Amino acid sequence: MYGNDVIDPNEPLNAAETDAYEAAAEHDDQRDTVGDDFDALIAADQRIEPRDAMPDTYRETLIRQIAQHAHSEIIGMQPEGNWITRAPSLRRKAILIAKVQDEAGHGLYLYSAAETLGIDRQELLDRLHDGKQKYSSIFNYPTLTWADCGAIGWLVDGAAIMNQVPLCRCSYGPYARAMIRVCKEESFHQRQGFEILWNLMRGTEAQRAMAQDAADRWWWPALAMFGPPDTGDAAAKGGHTEQSMAWGIKRFANDDLRQKFVDMMVPQAEKLGIVLPDPQLRWNDERGHYDFGEIDWDEFWQVLRGDGPCNAERITHRRRAHDEGAWVREAANAYAAKHATTAEESAA
Amino acid sequence: MSDHATAPVTEPVTEPVTDPATSATESARREPLPGAAGSADGGAHDDKPYAGYLLGLADDAMVYAQRLGEWMTNAPQIEEDMALGNVALDLLGQARGLYPYIGSIDGTGRGEDDYAMLRDEREWRNVHLVEQERGDFADEMARLLWFSAYQVELHAGLTDSSDDIVAGVAGKALKEVRYHLDHASLWVVRLGDGTDESHARMQAALERVLPQLAELFDDDEASVLAAGLGVGVLPSTLHDAVVARVARVVEQATLTLPDGSRWRSRGGRSGIHSRPMGSLLAELQHIARSHPGATW
Repeated sequence: MYGNDVIDPNEPLNAAETDAYEAAAEHDDQRDTVGDDFDALIAADQRIEPRDAMPDTYRETLIRQIAQHAHSEIIGMQPEGNWITRAPSLRRKAILIAKVQDEAGHGLYLYSAAETLGIDRQELLDRLHDGKQKYSSIFNYPTLTWADCGAIGWLVDGAAIMNQVPLCRCSYGPYARAMIRVCKEESFHQRQGFEILWNLMRGTEAQRAMAQDAADRWWWPALAMFGPPDTGDAAAKGGHTEQSMAWGIKRFANDDLRQKFVDMMVPQAEKLGIVLPDPQLRWNDERGHYDFGEIDWDEFWQVLRGDGPCNAERITHRRRAHDEGAWVREAANAYAAKHATTAEESAA
Repeated sequence: MSDHATAPVTEPVTEPVTDPATSATESARREPLPGAAGSADGGAHDDKPYAGYLLGLADDAMVYAQRLGEWMTNAPQIEEDMALGNVALDLLGQARGLYPYIGSIDGTGRGEDDYAMLRDEREWRNVHLVEQERGDFADEMARLLWFSAYQVELHAGLTDSSDDIVAGVAGKALKEVRYHLDHASLWVVRLGDGTDESHARMQAALERVLPQLAELFDDDEASVLAAGLGVGVLPSTLHDAVVARVARVVEQATLTLPDGSRWRSRGGRSGIHSRPMGSLLAELQHIARSHPGATW
């Protein structure tokens, strides 16, 4: 794919290209032995399906998580979408359009998965527009140069896949199945991001500087995507991790996934020739992992609370598009209702 | 194309896709590009003097793809972000299919990005219709209805082109633009026969697009030459069939096809453009032009 002997196309670049994905995707969802009791199904690591009885809190947790995931896909179209008209070559333009389309598609799968829990898309979109539900904070950072499209693919999609591969084994069937497909497509996105940076790093001095600058800006926000610390001392502070793990929604702690991500990305940065912006980043032989510096959690909480560079811009854009389209959706509904009535009358 | 969003229209407005027409594309691709070797000497090909005609077709597709790309994240619903993205991708593909061939027959050996990123406004050969700024959703559906109806008739004609490559590109494009026409038709019908507001907006959009239509059917010098060689289609010969297609949709939509317009756009095929073209090119080209010689 890259026409060189440094990058082996068969070498995994992200978690969706590892055995963990294959194992999750093939996870047995036969459930003929334990009946349909919720606790028994969870204990047997089998899937809960929409018509099964489930605790209200399980349902609410899933609605919140799946909706937040769907919103992230839809809001996530914006930072790269605004580069479609500016992509530097026609090939890049075509790939970028296809990528942003995929994100819209992921949003639709996920809204559909949430709808199986008894809520509709319009209600979820209202909650997004009213600020009652969140999306991934990473999209509150701006895309300043073309290289940001590369850094988003490589780092942000890479981190998202690391989070999502375990979700392919989520206890809730529709979410797990959506994740299996989403991860496969995200894997292409991550590769295209890597390839953008690869080309930039082998280009002109200005292109190399652009790539390095983008990596400098996206590295730390990407690490924060795994969420606040939840192992060691932090584990006692609560949060969603413990209950979500007991329900088979979450499989690994935030810190463990973050470590796996760092371990996977450092060698890729070296191949790219990009210097990751962390002076404390070094291999620890004893742990068998890379050590890395402290994440700025104050910034994380600040952006999460709505005070990031693009929070207002993203929601304003989303609301405007939705409001401007209201008359179109009303017309489609009116047309459908009118013609459904006509069909009934002619049948009667 | 994957998406026909929301309410289905029970009667298909356009005919189903029946003709795969892939064999022409495949045979054209298997053979070396005629003229590809000759371009090295820098001489134009006197036996294929129709690069200017093909440039008009390619630029129409390229510029409209650029405009449609602006809809992504701005559409009335997520399904429509995807659908308009699909149309943009198809049109971009049509342009990319033609540019390298044009480069091989106009004697310059230019590639797709040379055409898209490095030409100034006066060198572009697209009609004014496709360069106009994005309006509301009704404006876009009016433009897409007319443009795809035109492209359906155009590419149906070009599948008989005496140039195998042109026939091949047209065969593939014909399948795509039939879907585009279907998509636009479904929306025009829903909007026309939807609410009072959507009816009024769709009618107004049909009137606003009117001044940009005549140019699609102008027999400029390049198309007269290409049609004379059996390579191209004379635009004026497409007029009645295109209008008939649009009129059927407009009637089903309970709208009125407006008639006549004092101003008619002209000059796109000879590089005379309207104000929005300069801004469109600035956005399209600025990164590529800021880094001369760079690859991406």
